[in-house]
Amino acid sequence: MIRGLIGKKLGMTQVFDETGVVHPVTVVEAGPCVVTQVMTPERNGYGALQLGFGLSKRLNKPEQGQRRASGFMSRTLREVQADDPASFEVGQVINADVFAQGELVDVTGTSKGRGFQGGVKRHGFAGGPKTHGQSDRLRAPGSIGASATPGRVFKGMRMAGHMGHERVTVQGLEIVRVDPERNLLLIKGSVPGPNEGLLIIRRAVKSTKKKG
Amino acid sequence: MVAQLIRSVESEQFKAEIPEFGPGDTVRVHAKVVEGTRERIQVFEGVVIRRRAGGINENFTVRRIASHAVGVERTFLLHSPRIDRIEVTRRGRVRRAKLYYLRGLTGKAARIKERRT
Repeated sequence: MIRGLIGKKLGMTQVFDETGVVHPVTVVEAGPCVVTQVMTPERNGYGALQLGFGLSKRLNKPEQGQRRASGFMSRTLREVQADDPASFEVGQVINADVFAQGELVDVTGTSKGRGFQGGVKRHGFAGGPKTHGQSDRLRAPGSIGASATPGRVFKGMRMAGHMGHERVTVQGLEIVRVDPERNLLLIKGSVPGPNEGLLIIRRAVKSTKKKG
Repeated sequence: MVAQLIRSVESEQFKAEIPEFGPGDTVRVHAKVVEGTRERIQVFEGVVIRRRAGGINENFTVRRIASHAVGVERTFLLHSPRIDRIEVTRRGRVRRAKLYYLRGLTGKAARIKERRT
């Protein structure tokens, strides 16, 4: 059984379930993915599958060579785990129907870039007081350390800086619906990144679920 | 292309038949309510004071005057499977899309002229 797929975030909407309750969902185009390489413990030191997703016309010769055996000029390649990598063949096409309704997944993507942000937005600092004679303190970070001891600012001190555009994983999202014809997954809640962003959808590592 | 896919996911859930109605109209909304294990249909009748949003999220608000002259407003999702049926009982002539001004009016002042076509 394969543990993950590559997908593309299409956007959010909402759906009704059988009882008429509305669920917020993210529509993800997951697949078709093609197996481009099977990693084996003998050759690679570990077992895994390399999947390709999307098509590209702008691959250079080495990149084309890497994809030739699979039969598709895939745009993106990612490795995913499988319980039995050896049972897959290069060129095999995998669709969104490997996931079932109600299953829990972890979704990994690249979050939206926010640019250079201050401490209030980036780390949730409270900022300073608005009133009582304050000036220029409203979104200030406050103290960043003591005086002569230690005489420096500790490494890793949370400050202003670049925010977003980093790898983010959201765990334990429920699959509300699977559309095998169009390779769509409807995943409950939001997932990282902009629309049309690349995602990796994996079976959840934690199985705890509220339900009810 | 992407927007089309999302719209097609939404449109699969659209209701086939929805009567034409808008703000100012008086409607009877047959809503399904679950009481314990039993499901029954409850009718909510009143004036549509707004109809907003689009796609699968399109919704409308119905205002009625309950006992003791207390105004009650309920908002329904137009395409919700919990709505069994919508009946239009009276067409109203209004000059606004959102009839929030009705909240400040009572009795005779809150009447809406009937639209005849």
